[in-house]
Amino acid sequence: MSDRGSGGRGPSGPGGEHGNGGPQDDRALADRLQRLGRSLDRPGAKDDPAPSSASTASSGWGQAVRVSSEFIAGVIVGGGIGWIVDWFFGISPIGLVIFLLLGFAAGVLNVLRVAGRATTPGRDPTKR
Amino acid sequence: MANDPIHQFQLFPIVDIDVAGVDLSFTNSALFMALTVGSVVLFLVLSTTGRGLVPNRWQSMAEMSYEFVANTLRSSSGTEGMRFFPLVFSLFMFILFANLWGMFPYFFTVTSHIIVTFALAMLVILTVVIVGLMRHGTHFFGIFIPGGVPMALIPLVSLIEIISFLSRPISLSVRLFANMLAGHITLKVFAAFIVTLGGLGIGGWLGAVLPLGMTVALTALEFLVAFLQAYVFTVLTCMYLNDAIHPGH
Repeated sequence: MSDRGSGGRGPSGPGGEHGNGGPQDDRALADRLQRLGRSLDRPGAKDDPAPSSASTASSGWGQAVRVSSEFIAGVIVGGGIGWIVDWFFGISPIGLVIFLLLGFAAGVLNVLRVAGRATTPGRDPTKR
Repeated sequence: MANDPIHQFQLFPIVDIDVAGVDLSFTNSALFMALTVGSVVLFLVLSTTGRGLVPNRWQSMAEMSYEFVANTLRSSSGTEGMRFFPLVFSLFMFILFANLWGMFPYFFTVTSHIIVTFALAMLVILTVVIVGLMRHGTHFFGIFIPGGVPMALIPLVSLIEIISFLSRPISLSVRLFANMLAGHITLKVFAAFIVTLGGLGIGGWLGAVLPLGMTVALTALEFLVAFLQAYVFTVLTCMYLNDAIHPGH
């Protein structure tokens, strides 16, 4: 609830999930949330939502599945794209070779992102 | 059946429906999806009818689940992300209840089929892409161009970023599916050990204590995994939705 005051930041273009959104929709939502927050402001309303004890208890298994699924997904998508490229252009092994390598790179990137060693996409590492 | 750990994942039609050659049968999976949605709706409607200022236990549980998802969403995508709250809350409750219903013996686990989890993941990713394109237009594609990269490397790096983006629905769905599948198979295998050892006489009975203890421990772990995977799916949904709201910064 700490970031409640900074409502309406960022570009509020038209659209949104409900289609008929817009700047006034964003403002109305921010206002409503602010009002709700004020009426809910009571001691003890804000508590830590993170299940820290749960995530540490099975951290090894969870981390293993998380990392491996990220890596495998990258390789599968790369291989899939390569196979489609081959099938589409009729250049049998070349597309698969190239895109499997790119998929491997994407998988490694995913893993690094899970481990927090790489920045999220689009984020300028020099501006951190 | 006793020693087949895969049997629990079999689909079978309960009501045969055939529309113009397309098999639309009401299967056991559909039954448990309906049960999941029905129990979520029943839980939330019944627990919030009282609307006491001092909540009773049920209302408190409903409020806790609201606060939990709202805080997760708000912390990762800001106040603006709250417009996606209905989607994220529905996903969290559906996955959590589906996982928990699957913990009953002889019940079917909806999320142990990859097509179900993949459909959920595609729902998330398509929402991200469509909302991102509607709100930011072509500027949305800025998420594929990382900052601070030399001009010559941009095509290669953005190609890798695109593959990385496309792998998100797969990793999202595979993680949930693999966790539920592996957990239920492990549970079934250890439970089958008890029966097999029990058939060996008195020595087997003593030996069967070990897998019995393991089964009890695994059941507790599976409850944890059921909650944790619903939570992980929700957190990643929030992170991906953040890309749709604030791309490129």
